[in-house]
Amino acid sequence: MNILVFLAPVAIFMGAIGLAAFLWSLRSGQYEDLEGAAHRILIDEDE
Amino acid sequence: MAVASLDALGCPSELAPPRGDEATTRDVRAFVQHDRSGAERLELMVEGANCAGCIRKIESAMLALPGVGEARLNLSTHRLRVDWAPGALDPQVIADTLTRLGYGARPFDPEMAQRNIDAQGRFLLRCLAVAGFGAMNTMMFSAPIWFGDDMSASTRTLLHWLSAVVAIPCALYAAQPFFQSAFKALSARRANMDVPISLAVVLTLTMSIAETMQNGAHAYFDGITMLLFFLLIGRYLDHSLRERARTAARELLALQAVTANRIGANGAIETISAGDIEIGDRLLLAAGDRVPCDGVIAAGASELDCSMLTGESLPVTARTGDAVLAGAVNLTKPIALLARARAEHSAVAELARLIETGEQGRGRFVRLADKAASFYVPVVHSLAALTFLGWLLGPTVLRLLGIEAGDVGLRVALQNAVAVLIITCPCALGLAVPTVQVVATGKLFKRGVLVRSGDALERLASVDTVVFDKTGTLTLGRPRLISRPSAEVLQAAASLARASRHPLSRALVEAAGAGSACMDVTEIPGEGVEAIIDGVCVRLGKRTFAAPDAADSTDGSPELWFAAAGMAAVRLVFADALRTDAVTAIATLKARGYAIEMLSGDRVSAAASAAAGVGIHVWRAGVTPTEKTAHIQALRAAGKRPLMVGDGLNDAAALAAAHASASPGAALEASQAAADIVLQGDRLMAIVDALDMAKAARTRSIENLGFSAAYNLIAAPLAALGFLTPLVAACAMSGSSLIVTLNALRMHVGKQRP
Repeated sequence: MNILVFLAPVAIFMGAIGLAAFLWSLRSGQYEDLEGAAHRILIDEDE
Repeated sequence: MAVASLDALGCPSELAPPRGDEATTRDVRAFVQHDRSGAERLELMVEGANCAGCIRKIESAMLALPGVGEARLNLSTHRLRVDWAPGALDPQVIADTLTRLGYGARPFDPEMAQRNIDAQGRFLLRCLAVAGFGAMNTMMFSAPIWFGDDMSASTRTLLHWLSAVVAIPCALYAAQPFFQSAFKALSARRANMDVPISLAVVLTLTMSIAETMQNGAHAYFDGITMLLFFLLIGRYLDHSLRERARTAARELLALQAVTANRIGANGAIETISAGDIEIGDRLLLAAGDRVPCDGVIAAGASELDCSMLTGESLPVTARTGDAVLAGAVNLTKPIALLARARAEHSAVAELARLIETGEQGRGRFVRLADKAASFYVPVVHSLAALTFLGWLLGPTVLRLLGIEAGDVGLRVALQNAVAVLIITCPCALGLAVPTVQVVATGKLFKRGVLVRSGDALERLASVDTVVFDKTGTLTLGRPRLISRPSAEVLQAAASLARASRHPLSRALVEAAGAGSACMDVTEIPGEGVEAIIDGVCVRLGKRTFAAPDAADSTDGSPELWFAAAGMAAVRLVFADALRTDAVTAIATLKARGYAIEMLSGDRVSAAASAAAGVGIHVWRAGVTPTEKTAHIQALRAAGKRPLMVGDGLNDAAALAAAHASASPGAALEASQAAADIVLQGDRLMAIVDALDMAKAARTRSIENLGFSAAYNLIAAPLAALGFLTPLVAACAMSGSSLIVTLNALRMHVGKQRP
């Protein structure tokens, strides 16, 4: 069971990265315009 | 997909507003904001933008303007934000460019826009994320405990401690919305759904820590984080639904931030925001402007469209010295207005207060979930208390009865009482109604019906009487030519009519189609238009103006007379056309068993023909706004639940007083603000859709509440008897939440109607 000493922190750390990524995306306004994002994929940027 | 083809497609949405002169541009200069770095910014509501083609067209046109640094169109809120270097650009160019592209542009009051930032929603999302993180990671430590058969007590305790490290901070953070709401309720000496939730969170955490310290098996760290996760999903859905409604209302208010042209002391014209009008200001009203405040005409004469104020479909002539009410639209000639009241003290604002009063009366409506909660909370708490007392005192009672029983102690009694609180935590109950309402409003939105709040949907479901307004609701609110003059006469009359903004002239032009406009047209307010064509004097207007010799007609229909020297005068008759699906909609409503009535502010003859046309037998004509409200209140007093459908300012108070209310998309902002649902497009059948959907949503909500009750009926006794293990608690709670969500997604309405 000694392996737990490594695995548990690693798992929590990976979960925390996911949480941090979500909070970052929330802060940077990526949920402000969900409908527009769906349409913007159709626009060519390099035109 | 190539963008060129998108452009060629144009905008595929059917909900786009009418183009042309309906989308008038207002002066936007008063709404420019300055940011700290000195850059200038303008936010505009863009009407008609619905797809990728629209985004690209608008944004690239904006970026092509000189000095524009950033342009971003938010398709969810329909707001366009443009930033540019100070002084590089006249902001009016932005609005004009949008109009040229075929989109409507309306300025936003910056203060109102600022208030739109949804801080509470973001906080809920953060809590949801933290709870999700907590639930997943705690579950990771719980799974080995549940399924590891040969686990030693010390390993189990280690895993419990690891769970505690994750779960305690997460739960305390994520439960903040519930703690806050429970605290607020308790300090107001009330109890709401969040009181048992907060109690369960605190008790469960405390008990689980105590259990872990004693190497016990009953730690519910996994259960409590998962419970919070599900509860927050429900809470967030409910919040976003209400927020959408609130934003819609705020947008309507912000859009009323119209501008006015003040005539300064030296005669210079200055554009100001309507809120800055002072009593005694002289304002210039061009043709097509809406009157911003109550006042008196200081100079000039014109015709005013008061249909939004009175329901009367024909314009009223106003001359110097006449009083004018806010909300009327100036049709023909520029006039100077002397402000008699500030904009917020004007007749329109009075109406807004009337609306508020009506809404307060409606505030007594109790939402389905709250009704359920008021039964639920006392029952659950007494059950938990009984469990505690039962386990504590039960053995003593049994011994007194002569039955052998050993004491179980305080710890087990408390454990089982907390188990009852956890398992009955209104998880499914909190999700049951919001999920259904979100699904229902989403589906209705796709069909062109904007539902303003969740409880509006509940009120719609219990409607039994539908009361219609006539002008603008059953009818399109604009006259149509019904007489058939010769093509020659029609074209000649239309060439005169093109110079006028009078509704009858517009109808004539619509009937005639494209053609040339006559140049030297003189418009005499209240009389008609006159021009010299090929040396001949031609007149279009009232009988007394154009053809004084012709016989008077008696049917009272709106009419225009067209006369040219040397030919007989021609009478052109108009009628307010019914919406194309009005007859079908009324017939369908009747078939569904609704009582139908019509209240009109218009003349008896016009009301009678409209009522006969759509098949309404109960109707009244010439009704004032106060009488409309009184009639609605009388219906309610008689135990009826009326749905009021109307569009004008004269309907606004009645809309607010009714049990539920609906408003067509073309209605004035104030009426839309008072209405529960707003119908986009010209379809009246949308009302039938909304009523059907509301009923389906109610059925589904009751099913969900019933399921939650049944679940508690089974789970609570098990918990009270001490059979609940952490695994069972986790499965039961997530299972019930999933079932109510899936049941909500099952929602559908009848077949698609054209």
